[in-house]
Amino acid sequence: MTATVEQPIAVATGVVVRPWRAVLLRIEGQWTWYRRHWTASLLSSGLQPVLFLAAMGIGFGSQVRPGPLTGGEPYLAYVAPTILVSGLITIAVAEAGLPVLSGFKWKQDYWAVASSPVTPGQLFTAELLWITLRLVLGAALYLVVTALVGGWTSPGALLVAPIAILTGAACATPVMAFAATTKGDGHAFAAVNRFVVMPMTLFAGTFFPVDRLPEVVRPLAWISPLWHGNELARGVALGGLRLWPALGHVAVLLGLLAFGLVLGRRCFRRRLVV
Amino acid sequence: MGSEVSSAVGEPVISSSGLVKRFADFEAVRGIDFQVRRGEAFGFLGPNGAGKSSTMRMVSCMSPRTGGDLRVLGMDPDTHGPAIRARIGLVPQEDNLDRELTVRQNLHVYGRYFGLTRKQVRAKAVELIEFARLTDRADHEVEPLSGGMKRRLTIARALVNDPEVLLLDEPTTGLDPQARHLLWEKLFALKQRGVTLIITTHYMDEAEQLCDRLVVMDAGKIVDEGSPAELIARHVTREVLELRFSPGDQHNAVDAVLDLADRVEVLPDRLLLYTADGDKAAACAHDRGVRPTSTLVRRSTLEDVFLRLTGRTLVD
Repeated sequence: MTATVEQPIAVATGVVVRPWRAVLLRIEGQWTWYRRHWTASLLSSGLQPVLFLAAMGIGFGSQVRPGPLTGGEPYLAYVAPTILVSGLITIAVAEAGLPVLSGFKWKQDYWAVASSPVTPGQLFTAELLWITLRLVLGAALYLVVTALVGGWTSPGALLVAPIAILTGAACATPVMAFAATTKGDGHAFAAVNRFVVMPMTLFAGTFFPVDRLPEVVRPLAWISPLWHGNELARGVALGGLRLWPALGHVAVLLGLLAFGLVLGRRCFRRRLVV
Repeated sequence: MGSEVSSAVGEPVISSSGLVKRFADFEAVRGIDFQVRRGEAFGFLGPNGAGKSSTMRMVSCMSPRTGGDLRVLGMDPDTHGPAIRARIGLVPQEDNLDRELTVRQNLHVYGRYFGLTRKQVRAKAVELIEFARLTDRADHEVEPLSGGMKRRLTIARALVNDPEVLLLDEPTTGLDPQARHLLWEKLFALKQRGVTLIITTHYMDEAEQLCDRLVVMDAGKIVDEGSPAELIARHVTREVLELRFSPGDQHNAVDAVLDLADRVEVLPDRLLLYTADGDKAAACAHDRGVRPTSTLVRRSTLEDVFLRLTGRTLVD
C-alpha cells in the first residue's frame, strides 16, 4: 500500500549480557590494555613490596636481634607477612584513586562503557576485581621472592596472600567510591596517601608491635584496616593466632569490603547516570 | 503486499510527551513532545544550553527523566536501559575512545560489551575499519590520530552492534571541511541502510544536509518543528538581501528600505531585508538613493530560521 516497502530495516545485533558475564567482559577489556602496557604497571606496583622487604626485612633487619617482641623470630620473618599486607594496601589505594578518577574524567572510558548494555554497578564490580587481580599478581611475586630469601618459617605463610589481598581489596572500595565523587583533579588522593596510608604503614604494626605506641594513639592503629590485616597475617605466618580475635579481624575487613561495595556501586551510578 | 514491513518503517522509534529534565535548581528540558519515525534522520537544533544534549542523554538511557513520558524502541529507559542500549549507538560530543589501545582493539573491546562473540567482533572490526577509512591505521594506537580520524572511529565504534538508532551529539564540531563532508557521506550511507539517525547540531548546513525533519530548541523548549524547507518557508522569505555599510551608517537607510521587504533586521554593520526577490529590492533601494558599501543577495537558509527563532543573543 505504501511506497516505503523498499527501505531496509536495521536489526541490531547487540544483546544484554548476564551480570557476571558483563563483569568478565570488562575485565577482558582491561586485560587487552594490560597486555600492551604491563611492564610499566608491574614495575610501579608489583615490585614495591619486594623493595620494602629488601630494605626493611633484609637491610634494616640485619641490625635487629630476635627477641621477645619478634616472638623469637628473625626480623625478616617478623615483617615478611606484614610488609605484604601494607604493600598491597598501597597498591590497592593507588589503583583505586587516580586511575578510577581518570576513567570518569580524563580517559573517560567509563562513559563509553556506560553507553553499552553494561551497567555502572557491573563496571564497579569489574574494576574492583581487576584491581584485585593485580593484587594477586603482586602477592604471587612477593611470595616467591620471600621464599627465596628465607622469609617464611611455616606453611601458614600460604594464608598470608589471601589475607593481604582481602585487606587490599577492602581498602580499595571506599577509595573507588571517593574517586567517583571527586570532581577536581584528584589532589585529594595525595592527602589520602600522606595522612592515611603513610601513617598507617608506619604505625599499624607492620614494622613493630602496636603496644610500643603511646597509649593515647593506639586506638588509631586499632581502627586502621592494616592493623587487622597485619594481626591476621603475622598470626598465620608465625603461629599464635587465636580463633575469636581472628574472626573479629576477618569480620572488620569483610565489613569494610561490603560497605565499600555498596557505597562504590552507588557512587559509580550517581556519577554516570545523571 | 509488504504491509508488515511498511508499518515497521514508519512507526515511531522514539516518542516523548511532556519530557522534563531538571538538575537541582536548573530546568534543562522543559516539557517537550516529539516523535522520531523509523528510518528517518531527525535533528535537534538549538544554541548552546538549549537542552539538546540533555535530551540526547535521556534518549540514550544515560540520564533518567525528571518528568513526562519517554519511549525508545517501545521501551521505558528507566526500566529497560540496558536492553535499549543494546540496540542503539551513541556518538558522544567528546570522543571517549581508549587512546592507549589500537583502532582495532577499541572496536573489539567495545563490541564485546554488546554480547558479540570474539569471531563476530573480529569480522565487524574489519568491516568498520574500512567504513571509517582507517585501514592503514588499524593496528596503530589511537592517541596520535587526527581529530577527524578519532571522530570516524568513535562513529564506527557506535556501529559495532548494528544499531537501529544512531544518536550523534554534535558529530562534526571541530572538524575541517573535508572531514565533515566525509562524515556526512558516511551518515548518509547509514541512512540508506535503514538506520534511524538522531543528530544534534548547531551547524545549519549540517542540519540541511542530513535531516529529513528537525526541531528547533531554545531554553529547554521546542520552538518549532518541520523539514528544513518547511521551516524556511514558514519563518523567512525565499531570499535575503544584505546591505552592508560602514558601522553606524546603516541606521540612516532603514526608513528608505522598510517597505521593500517583509522584514528588515538591523545589525551593527548591515541591514538584512527578507524578501521574495532580492535583486528587485536591491534595484529599488538603489533608485531611492541608498548607497551601501556592498550588496549581497542570497537564498535564505536554516541559519536565518534559527536566528529568527532563537535570537541573536549569545548564550553560554
